[in-house]
Amino acid sequence: MGVLLRFLVKKKITYSFLILVFFVFCFLVFNKALIKDKIYSPEFKNEKTTYLTDFSLPELYSSNYIKLSEVIENEDFSIVNIWASWCVPCREENDLLKSLSSLSSLQIIGINYKDRKKNSIKFLNDYGNPFIYNLVDKDGTESINLGAYGVPETFLINKNRKILLKIIGPINDNDVKHIREIVNG
Amino acid sequence: MILSNAGFLSLSLGLLSSFAVFLCTVLNIKKNLLNLEKKIYKLLTLQFFLVVIGFLILLYTFIISDFSNETVYNNSHSTKPLFYKVTGLWGNHEGSLLLWLLVLTSFILFFFFSSKDEPKNFRLYTVIFHQIIVIGFFIFVLKTSNPFDILFPIPPEGLGLNPILQDPALAIHPPILYVGYVGTSIIFASALSAMVTGYVNNLWAKNLKKWVLISWTFLTGGILLGSIWAYYELGWGGFWFWDPVENISLIPWLSLTALLHCISTLEKRDLFKNWSIILSIVTFMFSVTGTFLVRSGILNSVHTFANDPSRGIYILIFLFVLIFISFVIFLVFENKNLENKKEIFFLSKETSVLINNWFMIYFLSVVLIGTVYPIFLDVITSEKISVGPPFYNKLLIPFLVPFFLFMSVGPSMSWIKTNLKFKVNYIYYFLLTLVATVITIYFLTQKDFLLIILIFSLVFLSIKTLTNFFKNNTNHAQNLSHLGFAMLMLSILFNSVSSTEIIKNIKVGESFISKNEKITFEDIKTDEKKNYSSIIGTFEIKNNKNKIIKLYPEIRVYNQPVIATSEAAIKTTLFKDRFITINLIKDEQLFNVRYQNKPFMIWIWISTLIIIFGGTFAIFSKKKNYL
Repeated sequence: MGVLLRFLVKKKITYSFLILVFFVFCFLVFNKALIKDKIYSPEFKNEKTTYLTDFSLPELYSSNYIKLSEVIENEDFSIVNIWASWCVPCREENDLLKSLSSLSSLQIIGINYKDRKKNSIKFLNDYGNPFIYNLVDKDGTESINLGAYGVPETFLINKNRKILLKIIGPINDNDVKHIREIVNG
Repeated sequence: MILSNAGFLSLSLGLLSSFAVFLCTVLNIKKNLLNLEKKIYKLLTLQFFLVVIGFLILLYTFIISDFSNETVYNNSHSTKPLFYKVTGLWGNHEGSLLLWLLVLTSFILFFFFSSKDEPKNFRLYTVIFHQIIVIGFFIFVLKTSNPFDILFPIPPEGLGLNPILQDPALAIHPPILYVGYVGTSIIFASALSAMVTGYVNNLWAKNLKKWVLISWTFLTGGILLGSIWAYYELGWGGFWFWDPVENISLIPWLSLTALLHCISTLEKRDLFKNWSIILSIVTFMFSVTGTFLVRSGILNSVHTFANDPSRGIYILIFLFVLIFISFVIFLVFENKNLENKKEIFFLSKETSVLINNWFMIYFLSVVLIGTVYPIFLDVITSEKISVGPPFYNKLLIPFLVPFFLFMSVGPSMSWIKTNLKFKVNYIYYFLLTLVATVITIYFLTQKDFLLIILIFSLVFLSIKTLTNFFKNNTNHAQNLSHLGFAMLMLSILFNSVSSTEIIKNIKVGESFISKNEKITFEDIKTDEKKNYSSIIGTFEIKNNKNKIIKLYPEIRVYNQPVIATSEAAIKTTLFKDRFITINLIKDEQLFNVRYQNKPFMIWIWISTLIIIFGGTFAIFSKKKNYL
């Protein structure tokens, strides 16, 4: 009887310990998620990471191929934003992008990532279109070449395709401020 | 400015009085003081009134547009209609927390007032546990989200309330939802206290059931208002998006529903003691987790008010402190409320409650995993995914069929043991269901196996629930809610399989054809209102019987802050909603027009109201056997 009781007590402690470990794990994950820095600034060490690779992709409405290096020459700064209609954070980010699209020396190029044409057009009609070019990356390979982690993701580049800022995840008010500061000098 | 200082002072005094309540109860609980309860009663009243004063002051600063207050400056504007000035109070992080605090302190006062015939120690311990929550939220408000921060120099004009929040349904959505959320705090405190004092019995269950019903009814109402808002305001034509924030309100709802069924078993049969306690604790934990996820900015959603990590970390620590406290108390006192082992006969109400709970826990797990999994994945592997409707549909819908079938027979089971007698009635029910299903399927364009058995089980549930109304000694509150639920599921099902949508880019004067209706874009005009200007389109819908309906969808451009929203024009009839939204297309004469036919839309709202009515009926019912 005594042995059984001790066994039960021990078992209870083991269970409790495991449950506690689980809670601590949850705590740590949530904590990390909270403080996780979502802005990545490239270190200026090698050429590859600091310059956005050049690419050409078809345009959403016209299907004409557009080459990045040709269109970024028009403005001092360009934002390349990777988005998709199925991505919920992209919906909110859209408003912030629209607010940026009024800046004079900045153009916003959208890359529509792994999406259906119908859905992406619907998205642009519903939420508004902040992009001057809507490029389509149907199978997502170009986005991977760019070094994107997922959607949404935003690059701020200059005329020479140099990455000035890379934001993983949706941009927020602070990012907008940051971008404005860079663009306005 | 003086007002804001007074508000802050009032809240600080409120915090002091909460400490006073806490200490007074903790220090005197062992001593048998005669007037202790009276003293606590007074202190609780004081605490409540100090919060009320703070709340009224904030309300007044909103009404007079006192922009020296930062919260008012950030969320109000002098040209806003009075109604939205008032509701602007809880349309932001700081104000909504003050509302939370108001409900929290009023509930503990109400609990203390209404529990006079319960054991003294149980009441006192409940106050202690509840005060921990109150103090936690007081500090949270004062330290990280003070609604009375002062701005100097005083700005001449406020920034305005987010236009998509300027909607009547949404204006009353937070208070209703908060009553539901905060009601679970009483359930939580009462469960811990019942454990400590060894009061987990049928009497406790009977008294707690009232609180469970209140929370459940209000939570249902809050979710309903949120869905109505999403349908009318977001302009998507949907009412539920599996958005993380919607899920977070659904999770406590599911565990409350499980608790509601469980607690009546405890009341009648002295069963499921530990399980009821766990559900009570877990329900409140999910409410706080919900607050944490929404307010910390971890999730991206229309509901996210602030992206301040310090707030998130505070609630996170608070949440885990609460989890730790309840966990330790559960371990220490678990043996004190040992279940007397009873055999459960497999054909009994006990079994059906158990099955209900299994389903609820399954649904809850699916929704919970779908909501937090992306966060975990992001932290551990830095991969970002979003979990959408297909995930939930695949995992939830197949399980609905057995759930509906169990739900139809469960309420007719009796306690302890059901004597299964073969009745001719059953054959009639079955045949009736079969006929009704075949007729329904005939009218549907889409036919697949899952859909057919879903409709069959739902029709069976509806018929069975309807017949329960005519039995003797039946529980009408339960019947109402179950019937409402069956109707809700049916309307959602019909709505989702037979909604149609057409998207066209057209100019004024052009028209298009949808099925047997001709939609003509007749006219466009502009209008100026106090807080927005709008572009209003006129559409004529003509069906093949030459019946004409006019619809006027709008694009509103709000002035403070400048945001364009699209207001859907909806013509609701008993059988379907016609839904039109228009949008501007950049630099063109064309308008993007979306025309949707949404069958049985109004029935989704009506059936949820029936569910709520059932809950309200149970709260006010004097008859004891009402669930």
